[in-house]
Amino acid sequence: MSTQTAFAQALLDATQPTPSGLITCNGSDPTLRFAVYRNNVMVSLIDALADTYPVVQRLVGEDFFRAMARVFAQANPPRSAVMASYGQDFADFVETFPPAASVPYLADVARLEMARVLAYHAADLAPIETRVLQAALADPEQLVSLQLVLHPSLHVLASLFSVASIWAAHQTDGSDPCVDPDVAQTLLVYRDALEVVFLAVAPAVAAFVIALQSGQTLSDAADAASRVETDFDLTSALALLLRLQLITHITHITQPSIGDLPHEHTH
Amino acid sequence: MLNPSNKLTKSQVARTHTLPARAGVGLKPEHFQDILATHPDIGFFEVHAENYMVAGGPFHHYLGRIREHYPLSIHGVGLSIGADAPLDVEHLNALQRLLHKYQPQSFSEHLAWSTHGPTFLNDLLPLPYNTATLQRVCDHIDQVQAHLGRRMLLENPATYVEFAASTWDESAFISEVLRRTGCALLLDVNNVYVSSVNHQRDAHAFIKSLPLAQVGEIHLAGFAEQIDGNADRLLIDSHGSPVAQAVWDLYAYTLGLTGPVATLLERDNDIPAWPVLLAEAVLAEGHLRTAAAGKQQPTKQPTQRQVLNEVPA
Repeated sequence: MSTQTAFAQALLDATQPTPSGLITCNGSDPTLRFAVYRNNVMVSLIDALADTYPVVQRLVGEDFFRAMARVFAQANPPRSAVMASYGQDFADFVETFPPAASVPYLADVARLEMARVLAYHAADLAPIETRVLQAALADPEQLVSLQLVLHPSLHVLASLFSVASIWAAHQTDGSDPCVDPDVAQTLLVYRDALEVVFLAVAPAVAAFVIALQSGQTLSDAADAASRVETDFDLTSALALLLRLQLITHITHITQPSIGDLPHEHTH
Repeated sequence: MLNPSNKLTKSQVARTHTLPARAGVGLKPEHFQDILATHPDIGFFEVHAENYMVAGGPFHHYLGRIREHYPLSIHGVGLSIGADAPLDVEHLNALQRLLHKYQPQSFSEHLAWSTHGPTFLNDLLPLPYNTATLQRVCDHIDQVQAHLGRRMLLENPATYVEFAASTWDESAFISEVLRRTGCALLLDVNNVYVSSVNHQRDAHAFIKSLPLAQVGEIHLAGFAEQIDGNADRLLIDSHGSPVAQAVWDLYAYTLGLTGPVATLLERDNDIPAWPVLLAEAVLAEGHLRTAAAGKQQPTKQPTQRQVLNEVPA
């Protein structure tokens, strides 16, 4: 085993022995000095999670959060030096972390906080010009194959809980407002200029967005939304996405036929 | 305002290939608005490369606007030059894109490792100093400089342990890396102080033994203090407090040898309000002016202080 392998394993797992070959100028026990590295690594990872998940931390308290984050970080150290995206699977971990089971909405609040981070750092893309979209919608031949490309900051979060209300009620320490958690909320999370915002929408609108994001044509996405809610209103859903500047451009699938992969043209 | 008339114009910023020999401050998102609102007379800003390896959004918006008015240093913390594995080419490509986008006056990284296999450990970890690690570090720096098409600066580490496998002392190792690769030195004076206390070395002798003509930037920061198993002082490079007086003293000593060098105030934890950091930069500017005055005397400063960003031959 290489020096760095032993070093790295012992950093993340405190039950591993201190790596061999470490010396100290004063003959003191290297274990205590190695502990500085162990502490630096673990504290930095826990701090990174605390930066991303401040409301989760407020909901469970700092001590519980840091203990939970430590268990997560030991099993899931970063895979990238870009720490902004660290902890994308934290919500899944929280959902199955038995000590947190008494706060059933905790995982969805974590999902909302990660969606906010991803939206914050997403690429900058200008919205489509309304007249370009209108022209495409007005042309029956184009309409069949039309795909809408949505802004990369846009994320959909469907929760059985009132995650947006819980999040808004915990923006400062010490707040303990009365929010009924058991109200389902479906949210669009996106960046408006430099600020991340979210908007509660009907489940069918969320289904429409998810279908568009997966590359379905406009008409297929509208069908998917109608299966969720029969009174899905395509015109108002399109007007909403236009008004929020969340449509960036349009593409077309050309004559998808059996055996062919769809081929895209960008306008 | 320290010296408003000295501020570079937009076009001068774009043309300059070195950091000015002035005080700079680590740029933190908490201070974006204050900086744009007040346009402080600061020599330069420095950012951690990895914080800006995101696709878009406010970080790029604000850094782009601040870059229009100030020289920039991009400081990597995740390249893992000291790792016993090949460099991550994707990470190098991401660095290249960032350098292309912002055209910084300086790019620097650490004499340390921070990755192991697929895992990023988010700390600057120490390596033994011997023939094998020397070769590896030099190969990695050669690769970085070739890939990025520019000279990089290498930062000396703060360490808490040493290795039985080391056969070089740290200053000789660093000097040899600089000699072989042509890279420049980012002399972290706080790291020198921290390591000197932790390993009971003479900080002044350490600094004097470095190739000081190759110093392209100095870092100053605060440390935290513990005790080790023998109840001796153990200093931690925490970047969470003001610069200690002992480090200011060592900085003054260093400037006496080097003359004025671009100097960064680093603060990454417990980040104070902008005026507090600006006040530390003003202190550093005072030291730089003293060093510049000393430089007028011909016997004092024999070395040429230009560190250019060309690829080493």
